Amino acid sequence: MIVYVLCFALFLVGTYGVIVKRDLVKIILSMGIQGYAVNLMIVLFGYRNGAIYPILAKGKDPVMMVDPLPQALVLTSIVIELGTTALIVALAIKIFEKYHTFDITKIRRLSG
Amino acid sequence: MILPYYIIIPLLSAFLITLIAGKKDYWAIILSFIAVSALLILSVFSFITMKDETVTYAMSNWPAPIGIILVQDALTSFTLVMVSIISLTSIIYSVQYIRHLSMDWKYYAIFMLLVTGMNGVIVTGDIFNMFVFLEISLFSAFALVAYGGRAEEFEAAFKYTVMGSVSSVMILMGVAILYSATSNLNMAKIAEVLPAVDDKVKFWVGGLFIAGFGLKAAIIPFHTWLPDAHSSAPAPISSMLSGVLIKALGIYAIIRIFFNVFDAPQIFLNIFLVLGTISIIIGVILAVGQWDMKRLLAYHSISQIGYILLGIGIATPLGILGAVFHLFNHALFKSLLFYNAGSVEMALGTRDLRKMGNLMKILPITSQTSLIASLSISGIPPFNGFFSKLVIIIAALQAGLPWYAVFAVIGSLLTLASFMKVQRYGFKGETVVDSVTNKIGWRMNTAMITLAVLCVITSLLIVPGIKEVTLDPVVKVITDRTQYIHLVLGGM
Repeated sequence: MIVYVLCFALFLVGTYGVIVKRDLVKIILSMGIQGYAVNLMIVLFGYRNGAIYPILAKGKDPVMMVDPLPQALVLTSIVIELGTTALIVALAIKIFEKYHTFDITKIRRLSG
Repeated sequence: MILPYYIIIPLLSAFLITLIAGKKDYWAIILSFIAVSALLILSVFSFITMKDETVTYAMSNWPAPIGIILVQDALTSFTLVMVSIISLTSIIYSVQYIRHLSMDWKYYAIFMLLVTGMNGVIVTGDIFNMFVFLEISLFSAFALVAYGGRAEEFEAAFKYTVMGSVSSVMILMGVAILYSATSNLNMAKIAEVLPAVDDKVKFWVGGLFIAGFGLKAAIIPFHTWLPDAHSSAPAPISSMLSGVLIKALGIYAIIRIFFNVFDAPQIFLNIFLVLGTISIIIGVILAVGQWDMKRLLAYHSISQIGYILLGIGIATPLGILGAVFHLFNHALFKSLLFYNAGSVEMALGTRDLRKMGNLMKILPITSQTSLIASLSISGIPPFNGFFSKLVIIIAALQAGLPWYAVFAVIGSLLTLASFMKVQRYGFKGETVVDSVTNKIGWRMNTAMITLAVLCVITSLLIVPGIKEVTLDPVVKVITDRTQYIHLVLGGM
């Protein structure tokens, strides 16, 4: 149980960062933390105490294996997050070129 | 089997564009035009021929609960028709508009990826697959919002990306919890197992999905990204985002998951009612004060999405009918209004309503079509917006929710007021403008006239006789709720 709570705490840390931080880079990092928390949670859902790796070999019983599907899901979601991070870092660089700052309180041409 | 082609055609054309186009964007235009027209023909054909049957396709021939399946029923085809119409006119409109911005084939490649993602979300029957397609279309949307390369556009795109990925994380969390509770990713199979699952799980997952998909649909507490992103993007992209993206990723997914998978528990319907009404009122109040034309239109998207959500929340067949009808109508007139705003911006170089004027003389087609679209969105009788809003209001009264009906009427009146402002200050304003910086070509005019004509024609969809073959099968899919299980798994 305690692992799930810790995992959720990690998620909240990420959410806190996205909401409160004023630096573009810190916001990007917080988004990453949020993503890691969810990925960790998915892997945890597939985990079973004392189970073995999910490869069908001779003498291995499928009942004793961890669930392999969450691991496949996590791989997909890691790749997606990589893409998002690359895109948003590129956007942050472009914003820095235009505004010469990473502070979101100074990046305010859109409002209303 | 035409089902996988909804994904293959746009995806293939996106790759072919990057391969072939190179320095000439001539080929990019032709390829994307062919791809989008093919999609339109396919979706209209299947919408007409299928009526209320459900077709499934197992990817790589893996049977249902193990592999990914694609599902096509009336709701799917209806949404596909909507997406294809708007993307076709958008491509036609882009030819001149994007050339005026910068000469580029990359735009068309990203545009086709956007269509791929939306079609994928619409046809898929697997919840994780839905998440993946959703991310594909979001990526392209982020990139396209920043396409113009001005400072405001990067700022809007950054905001959109942060909000978009937070909502995606929430959706992923919901999918994970759903998987751990039901051990399935296939939506029909989840719906089958779900009644045996603890209610608490349903509420957690439902809350996460409302926040996640609600952020994509820009329902009011989650709306902050929309006015920036939709008003900063190039005009054809604004119309894609406002017209279909928020519906395909937001409303369609909400309908599919909450009605067909969750069996629409009353508590979620109440949440939809309240959020929908708040969106109608606050969206329109924020819109009235705007002087930037595209920003005003973007705020109206929030308010109109509120109407759709209100119709869904009422959940009687009449309410659903209104919601589905308004979904389609809003796609048409909101896209048309964004085209109008784009051509005004291109001709005069400004979006400020106070600096416009005299447009009836210098841009006759733009002002005529914008008049039609304004009348449609404010709900004036012969046009489509009137009928769908009327149906939603009558449904609210019949379901014994008179206050919601009152708020819907107030929202509609305020919409009328704000579009009178657009017409009065913008198109018939006193500022005398005699010269235009750019001429509006025939392609942009074609796109606008097509949508204006459709705005009038689609009001026929509600006429008895036509309604039975067009809107009723769609409503039946939604009101049948978990019949979806048998329709999908029975055919395997």
